[in-house]
Amino acid sequence: MNHVQTQQQRSVTGTAQHENGQFQHGSPPVDIHETKDAYVLRAEMPGVRKDGLEITVEGSTLAILGRRADERLEGTVLHRESKGADYRRVFELDPTIDTTNIRARVEQGVVTVELPKAELVKPRRIKIAD
Amino acid sequence: MTPARFKNANLETWEPFRHLSSLREEIDRLFDQPLSLFSAAQQFWLGGGWPTVDLYEDRDKLVVKVEVPGMKKEEIDISLHDGVLAITGERKVEEKYDKAETHRSERFVGRFHRALSLPVAVQADKTNATYQDGVLTITLPKAEEAEPKQIQVQAE
Repeated sequence: MNHVQTQQQRSVTGTAQHENGQFQHGSPPVDIHETKDAYVLRAEMPGVRKDGLEITVEGSTLAILGRRADERLEGTVLHRESKGADYRRVFELDPTIDTTNIRARVEQGVVTVELPKAELVKPRRIKIAD
Repeated sequence: MTPARFKNANLETWEPFRHLSSLREEIDRLFDQPLSLFSAAQQFWLGGGWPTVDLYEDRDKLVVKVEVPGMKKEEIDISLHDGVLAITGERKVEEKYDKAETHRSERFVGRFHRALSLPVAVQADKTNATYQDGVLTITLPKAEEAEPKQIQVQAE
């Protein structure tokens, strides 16, 4: 059962290349956990602060956009592995997710999005009448 | 600390299982960008790793940037020995989610070690590191003898 699906198209994973050879958007690695009441999505976006983060829900589509706030460094590049790009990733949400109560935060470059399960699908214990 | 001897910038990494987990991602990427197939394949076999390390040289300092999100600063260990800067640590699964069911797991978990031979001598005692927004920035002022100097030509 997978209630939070990542979309497959390449436009969505953001691998389109910029004319200057840099990636316009990088696709951040993501973990998705399920707790009793919610799905928790954690995306890795180093260099992104609260004000650079844009999370939108449109219908059943969740989009996370992260713009880097860290300044470019001065000097000559001797070695470079980071892409220095902004981040974007889009997810397809299951109808059992209560999209009105999604909460998000960012801590040391990790974005946590909590996607609560709708009351309707939460496990409930049924009282048995005497 | 004696000044570091000159060495070529050279990065090593030891993450034997990292590539296995990212194999699928790498294959996806190869299909997405047929034109850069060679460089992607090269990256895959020749190294890099987690976390990514950048090295910049300015007139009077070297700056190392490491993208190592989701850590506490106490969990990152930086050492400078004999001209080699080493960054080590361990990223654990947060306890909160340790017992939760996991549907997707793409983020790196485990011990990491990145080492970098610095190309010029630096002043170890004036080295400074900050950790913000998941980015570790290490500033290493060059040793005085490594800074560029203008030499006046004397007329006879």
